[in-house]
Amino acid sequence: MTPPRLSDNAKSEIRSLMSQFPQSQSALLGALFVAQDEAGYLPPEVIEDVAAVLGLPVSEVASVASFYHLFFFKPVGRYVVQVCTNISCTLEGCGGVLRHLRRALGIDVGGTTADGRFTLRTAECLAACEEAPVMLVGTDRHGRLTPEKVDALLMRYHEHRTPDAEPRTP
Amino acid sequence: MPEPFLLKHIHEPDPADLRGYLARGGYEGLRKALAMPPAEVIDEVDKSGLRGRGGAGFPTGRKWKFIPPDPSVIRYLVVNADEGEPGTFKDRTLLEGDPHRLLEGIAIGSYAIGAHQAFVYLRREFYRARDLLERAIAQAYEAGWLGRGIQGTGFDLDVVLATGAGAYIAGEETALLESLEGRRALPRLKPPFYPAVKGLYMKPTAVNNVETLCHVAWILARGAAWYREQGTPILVSISGHVTTPGVYELPLGTTIRGAIAAAGGMRGGRVFKACFPGGSSSALLTPAYLDTPMDYDALAKLDVPGSMLGSAALMVMDETTCIVEIVARTVEFYRDESCGKCTPCREGTIWLSQVFERILHGRGRMEDLDLLAGVARGMMGTCFCPLGESVPPSLNASLRFFRGEYEHHIRTGACDVGVTA
Repeated sequence: MTPPRLSDNAKSEIRSLMSQFPQSQSALLGALFVAQDEAGYLPPEVIEDVAAVLGLPVSEVASVASFYHLFFFKPVGRYVVQVCTNISCTLEGCGGVLRHLRRALGIDVGGTTADGRFTLRTAECLAACEEAPVMLVGTDRHGRLTPEKVDALLMRYHEHRTPDAEPRTP
Repeated sequence: MPEPFLLKHIHEPDPADLRGYLARGGYEGLRKALAMPPAEVIDEVDKSGLRGRGGAGFPTGRKWKFIPPDPSVIRYLVVNADEGEPGTFKDRTLLEGDPHRLLEGIAIGSYAIGAHQAFVYLRREFYRARDLLERAIAQAYEAGWLGRGIQGTGFDLDVVLATGAGAYIAGEETALLESLEGRRALPRLKPPFYPAVKGLYMKPTAVNNVETLCHVAWILARGAAWYREQGTPILVSISGHVTTPGVYELPLGTTIRGAIAAAGGMRGGRVFKACFPGGSSSALLTPAYLDTPMDYDALAKLDVPGSMLGSAALMVMDETTCIVEIVARTVEFYRDESCGKCTPCREGTIWLSQVFERILHGRGRMEDLDLLAGVARGMMGTCFCPLGESVPPSLNASLRFFRGEYEHHIRTGACDVGVTA
């Protein structure tokens, strides 16, 4: 399989991000998300392409990308499920939610389901503690989670693509 | 009690709709500001007594006065919308509920300091807020509230929406600037890198929090005197074991007890055990401190080192909470979020986690309690930035107030309170 490369569309989207800043390196995080949205993750070839568009050393781009939690260097599922495990969610029982998700998806934290649909991760405080316990599925936030609610949500992401559930890696 | 205003409009059907915002009196503060000399705008904010709502609580007017008013110098305004302090969700509430208010505050602040470019560093996970802000910015440009010659004045301002990528440390203002420049979010040395002197691209920069700028919009619209009459309110994020967790607009100095009452009191008639008054970076407090006013000085002056108002994230715990588990979780958080630049933070948080791990898994030793205190001591005053220094306050408070719980874990290998998660 040929490695994914950055499309011309993505390159021009990155160039337009660069033009918003006095110094183009400021567009780097946004550029990496453009690349990740397209390729699903950031393989070395895509990092090379991003570096080339921004005119930065590949090592610099790889170093920056590796610092942040939301860039993936291996393929992830279509929906990345991020369960908050910080204090407010702990107080509201996120441990049980996470256990339930592991059972329901048959994967551990960090794993991806065999059908490539879900990757399970933990997250730090998602700033939505009023509806703890909270998780993100792709770009959608869901709160007041219970095992039943989690099951219903998983079903929804399994069955169809609702408009608010457009797959987009975080 | 005065009417809430910061939260008054957060339930509009379409929060990003400019016409609705204008109909509610929106952009009145900016209109007034643009008719004043910039120095007077800063004075008005100064007179209001507003202090930064990101956590450090620095007076906003004074911060702006540090920016050199020299027109030959390029200046920037940067919005810290990277809300990440555990338990804090008021900025997200404002971003999702009243995005034009933030844009108005940005424009007023930029005018006051003479910035013609402002950057919003928005947490990546705030997808809904990003959609709303993108729309609000586009509408504001179209109607001449942003862009060239705002409302027929000579003032130009561009607002650029930038993104975080998942890093708590990026909420520290100098780390945020590094990140905004497209690098790893490592904090800069202060001095010399005070943002007001050497900020974004080494130019004078005001870094302001989302809530702070929303306050500014109201202060300019209604005046500093009116603002003070409202009791200089703050947004308190209340979560945990209360009846109705949520963001509450309370006069500065409301007691912890009063704040819990505003959130409907303790849930299910349970008993208050402890709280973090200002996010997990503030020291844990016990029932004896319930009548402490939630203001900058009262909390900082308590006999509990590291007690502070911080981001006013009140996380409330009832008697079913295992304090050892909560503090362990807090330590793990800082361990995972440490940027690794300085040794006390990078190593200290790892060592502390290892000790907690064994205590929670029945392998603890009584000497571990001194070891925890010793590592915490080694982190105080030695870390490069406030992240590492955020660990000892709660740890020390828990060792002081809940030593019995630690000892029970170590002696029996089990918890003597209901395990919560």
